[in-house]
Amino acid sequence: MEGLEQILAEHPFFAGFDPAYAHLLGSCAKNVRFDPGRYLLQQGAPADQFYLLRHGRVALELSGPGRGTVTFQTLGPGELVGVSWLVPPYRWTYDAKALELVRAISIDAACLRGKSEADHDLGYEMMKRFMPVLIQRLQAARLQLLDVYGARG
Amino acid sequence: MDERETDPMVPTVLRVRSRRRDGPQVWTLELDAGAIERTGFAAGQFNMLTAFGIGEVPISFSGDPAQPQRIVHTIRAVGPVSGALTRLGAGAALAVRGPFGTGWPMREAAGRDVVLIAGGLGLAPLRPALYQLLAERSRYGRITLLYGTRSPQEILFRREIDSWRKRTDLMIDVTVDHAVQPWQGHVGVVTALIARARFDPGRTVALICGPEIMMRFAAEALGTAGVANGAIYLSMERSMSCGIGSCGHCQFGGLFICRDGPVIPYDLLREPLRVREL
Repeated sequence: MEGLEQILAEHPFFAGFDPAYAHLLGSCAKNVRFDPGRYLLQQGAPADQFYLLRHGRVALELSGPGRGTVTFQTLGPGELVGVSWLVPPYRWTYDAKALELVRAISIDAACLRGKSEADHDLGYEMMKRFMPVLIQRLQAARLQLLDVYGARG
Repeated sequence: MDERETDPMVPTVLRVRSRRRDGPQVWTLELDAGAIERTGFAAGQFNMLTAFGIGEVPISFSGDPAQPQRIVHTIRAVGPVSGALTRLGAGAALAVRGPFGTGWPMREAAGRDVVLIAGGLGLAPLRPALYQLLAERSRYGRITLLYGTRSPQEILFRREIDSWRKRTDLMIDVTVDHAVQPWQGHVGVVTALIARARFDPGRTVALICGPEIMMRFAAEALGTAGVANGAIYLSMERSMSCGIGSCGHCQFGGLFICRDGPVIPYDLLREPLRVREL
């Protein structure tokens, strides 16, 4: 567990994280790996974990009738996959597929939600780390929606 | 001296040497410079190109400044004039005025890391700067090209990008807004690449060209990364007409983009860019 705590503490997402929280978080975490083409999460499934990427890249995808599968974002080492575990109904709204061999830390979302309910300081610290990611992704989605590189661009 | 060389309002008739498709609705024309070869151009400058009987539009140089005998322009067919220009085949004639405007800050960039951020067709006006940087590679620190475009099918200068990728003295990252298989590269906005790039923010010059909203986000992201606003240069676009700051069509606050730009440091642009419809 100590090794995992160390890995967590060194992940950019948890830079400057209180060591006591890293210990708490470590009890909800495990190392995982995905071969290329395997899914880390799939649309509609329960959002019962999220991933901190250590190696490899992941494509976030949406599929629709007549449109095939469209990748709308790729993520790499140092980034996190999965935010739907934060809010009800705790279900994934897209697919996340390994583009290459992926090594990551999987965090048990129910475990972390429980600890955050029990210790609001931990919950607030987690929110402070997730909110910038959410805002960055919202801004990126807005720019992609604007289609700035279209004919007017 | 010929009047065309002294009066910027008098065009020179040139002929198309070759025409190549570089993307959906995007064509690159190479012109025989002829008598205006000796004029040369600076990376970042533009010409006013006339399609006879239709009109005149500003188009940035996209070729190598070290080869002034080849005037190269990459044009997207978005209106009647640009559409007509992109249909000109080898041997066809067009009129040229220029070069106009300010160039990329190549001298200021010497000895520093250089980050080029291109969006969509914005790679074309940055290409001359990249040619110059690579030709004088030892004068600069780390060189990074971050390029964002709409989809893998719309990547400009694809073969050249592939050859640049083989260089060990140039870092290139390309991202697209959305993709379907078999694309295995980055997907997302170009600003997301900034955090992954390696440069020393305190000794970096950044050159940005693309849609205005993309440039604004990129400049702000560079600022967050520690690059000074005065070291970030944007290539602006307005309805340039005379090319010499006389007609006022391209006025942007206190600036005339054709004369004071198109390349302008962000510290002069940051506030006016916040003004709607300026």
